[in-house]
Amino acid sequence: MSSAEKTDVSEIRKRIALNKFRDYIFWVIGLLSTLIGFIVLFTLVMDLFMDGFPRLGWQFLTSYPSRFPEKAGILSAWVGTTLVMIVTATTSIPLGIAAGIYLEEYAKKNWLTHLIEINMNNLAGVPSIIYGLLALGLFVYFLKFGESILTGGLTLALLILPMVVIATRESIKAIPNSIREASYALGATKWQTIKDHILPYSLGGILTGMIIGLSRAIGETAPIITVGALTFIAFLPASPITSEFPFLSFKWLLDPFTVMPIQMFNWISRPQKEFHINAAAAGIILLLMTLVMNGFAIYMRYQFRKKVKW
Amino acid sequence: MYKKRFLKIKERAIEGILLFSALSSIFITASIVFILFYEAFGFFKDVSVLEFLTGKQWTPLFAQPKFGILPLVTGTLLVTGIAVMVALPIGLIVAIYLSEYAPFKIKEIAKPILELLAAIPTVVYGYFALLFLTPILRKFIPDLSGFNALSPGLIMGIMITPYVSSVSEDAMKAVPMHIREGSYAMGATKFQTAFKVIIPAAFSGIAAAFIIGISRAIGETMVVAIAAGMMPNLTLNPIEPIQTLTAYIVGVSLGDVPHGTIEYKTIFAAGITLFLMTLFLNILGFWFRKRIREVY
Amino acid sequence: MSSVVTEKLKAEVKALNFYYGLNQALKNIHLPIAEKRITALIGPSGCGKTTYLRCFNRMHDLYPNNRYEGEIILYPDQLNIISPKVDPIEVRMRISMVFQKPNPFPKTVFENVAYGLRVRGENKKSHLDEKVEKALKQAALWGEVKGRIDDLAFNLSGGQQQRLCIARALATGPEILLFDEPTSALDPTATLKIEELIMELKNEVTIIIVTHNMQQAARVSDYTAFMYLGEIIEFDKTDKVFTNPSKKLTEEYITGRFG
Repeated sequence: MSSAEKTDVSEIRKRIALNKFRDYIFWVIGLLSTLIGFIVLFTLVMDLFMDGFPRLGWQFLTSYPSRFPEKAGILSAWVGTTLVMIVTATTSIPLGIAAGIYLEEYAKKNWLTHLIEINMNNLAGVPSIIYGLLALGLFVYFLKFGESILTGGLTLALLILPMVVIATRESIKAIPNSIREASYALGATKWQTIKDHILPYSLGGILTGMIIGLSRAIGETAPIITVGALTFIAFLPASPITSEFPFLSFKWLLDPFTVMPIQMFNWISRPQKEFHINAAAAGIILLLMTLVMNGFAIYMRYQFRKKVKW
Repeated sequence: MYKKRFLKIKERAIEGILLFSALSSIFITASIVFILFYEAFGFFKDVSVLEFLTGKQWTPLFAQPKFGILPLVTGTLLVTGIAVMVALPIGLIVAIYLSEYAPFKIKEIAKPILELLAAIPTVVYGYFALLFLTPILRKFIPDLSGFNALSPGLIMGIMITPYVSSVSEDAMKAVPMHIREGSYAMGATKFQTAFKVIIPAAFSGIAAAFIIGISRAIGETMVVAIAAGMMPNLTLNPIEPIQTLTAYIVGVSLGDVPHGTIEYKTIFAAGITLFLMTLFLNILGFWFRKRIREVY
Repeated sequence: MSSVVTEKLKAEVKALNFYYGLNQALKNIHLPIAEKRITALIGPSGCGKTTYLRCFNRMHDLYPNNRYEGEIILYPDQLNIISPKVDPIEVRMRISMVFQKPNPFPKTVFENVAYGLRVRGENKKSHLDEKVEKALKQAALWGEVKGRIDDLAFNLSGGQQQRLCIARALATGPEILLFDEPTSALDPTATLKIEELIMELKNEVTIIIVTHNMQQAARVSDYTAFMYLGEIIEFDKTDKVFTNPSKKLTEEYITGRFG
């Protein structure tokens, strides 16, 4: 080996060592950056728990808000959240699934379909408070639903609608065409094919999207404040179940209300530290609800992917 | 024959119902645009556009009201800027790590955690910003005001990182394997391949991810409403309290806002400003995402 | 062409042309289909055999910009099944198809076979049980699945899945059974089983089979048509096509000089 070649090889080796070093450094940075997410999540949850856990209890869950922090509770808040979610779910889920089915199975590639898709994708990026403004003008004043549970529920339904549609579309897109053809070849109509095959097989993905959407809706505060949810409410909306025929009442739809994130916000805004503890407790409940729902959705998505192998 | 006619009508009716549902998206967008422009139009009958765009004070509720939107816009941009300085680099690095380096096991844990991070309600992040982070930051920056732009900015950065990282990662995953192989076959390390080959190839997708992050930060409400303050302040100093467009709308809505009053109209004026800012970003993002589809 | 088949016809293709958009895929096809016999279609990739087959059950109607010209007459009712006046769903209820890659539904074995019956409004459990069992027996699958009829179809092997698809297609009593390269995705043992099955089935239903495997066509069919670039080059009794083809192109294809 001549001396010129010898230096070449050692030059190359030096170069490789340098490259590998840089590679290693980046690997460390990458791992640490990813850990930041975990660290933050952990710190947040710890902080919330340490502040608010002592306050949790039956009294907290069943009391109305009060001027006295020790007496204050989240009864009206979680009842409000539940009722609002009922409205949101019953509106956005059928509407979102129907729209998703139309876009994947029926829509032809024309300008109308394109317009619908652009709008759907754009709406997913609109800040939630804008939905609040829309609802203020449309539901509260124009349709005269007032500052009610119905308004709140519909507002959130509009907010999560793009999520449900996109989840539906993705699940349907995953179904291979050969299944559709097999169904048609047996003489099924379009709707039969959708009802018997497309919908059942895409249900897992749709359900996942639905749960993620609802969990987002539960945590939304800004649009609900904008449509006039109260921050101090010491009574419950009218019960949906009445003691006389027909046993079901819809009066609660038009009642004033509050929801859990607003209650938490209200308590944070007070100067007294005791209210902050209440806020933390409410935060724990909110966090648990969200994490459980999302965790469930992630788990379901995993299970479903295992069962149906295309 | 009779049954067949009925079946045909049923099929058509079902298609009609489904189409109607799909049209809802157009209806919602149209309603948003209509309401914002309608109310903003009412606002601009009383307030000149010039004062709105160039005035340096926003005090619509005072006896001598001033209607300059700049303090709210700078407030929004200041917090967004801080958030973006955190989220974009970290998000991109995480995306590169997960897409090119991380073993399967780490990915399986990291991705759900990132999803959960994105799912936490924003009020909870606001609590964290005001009652946990601000006191800690105060120890390092004694002048830090109780309400400031830095704390919510940093928290928002963490909040947005999952969005940036997941969209960037999708963009990088879409780069075909054979392109990576070409780079490795030439003796490149993962680091070199990631930065010299993958990122340029996935550029449109990464740009789209950045834009999504920025858009999300601009539209964020509760974290800033809780931790940044409710005082419009024309400044670029992060240790001072500021008010964003979003926080203003929430602040006014907390009180009594009778329909048709000037305060009622101001929230729509702020709203339309916000809407146009995010619309512009969304269109930019859409354009970038279209470019990806054309490349592959 | 019609002098080739002297027995009773189930269907007859007359002057069939087919267009994908502006692209003409089938050119002036005339072909008789003998009843309760197996007619095979062979030819190099892209010659149009699958396109031709999918005309029989109006599969092309599912996609935009396709156009049929000419007639496919179904006997004995003299119905032109590619006429726009004829409902494709009706055609599919009388003519069934088995696809190239087995495509069972993600449902149980039972539900897979029963689906075609349910679509026709048959929901009574006793009737379904009876017809499903009959179809599975016809498809030579009953012995292997009778203990696990409520198992997911995905758990069957590739060959079993394809026989399941055959059972599914048979359950509704079709007049013509179309096979689109049914064994190209299967191993040799499974292939043999299905070929035997097809030969038995011809006693019960008219069969048209598209295959790129010439030996399969030679083993299994009564009549063979050779297609090239969208046209029928030669059509005759299988023996004659394979031992003494009249067209040079046919001979070249059969001896492996191209395709």
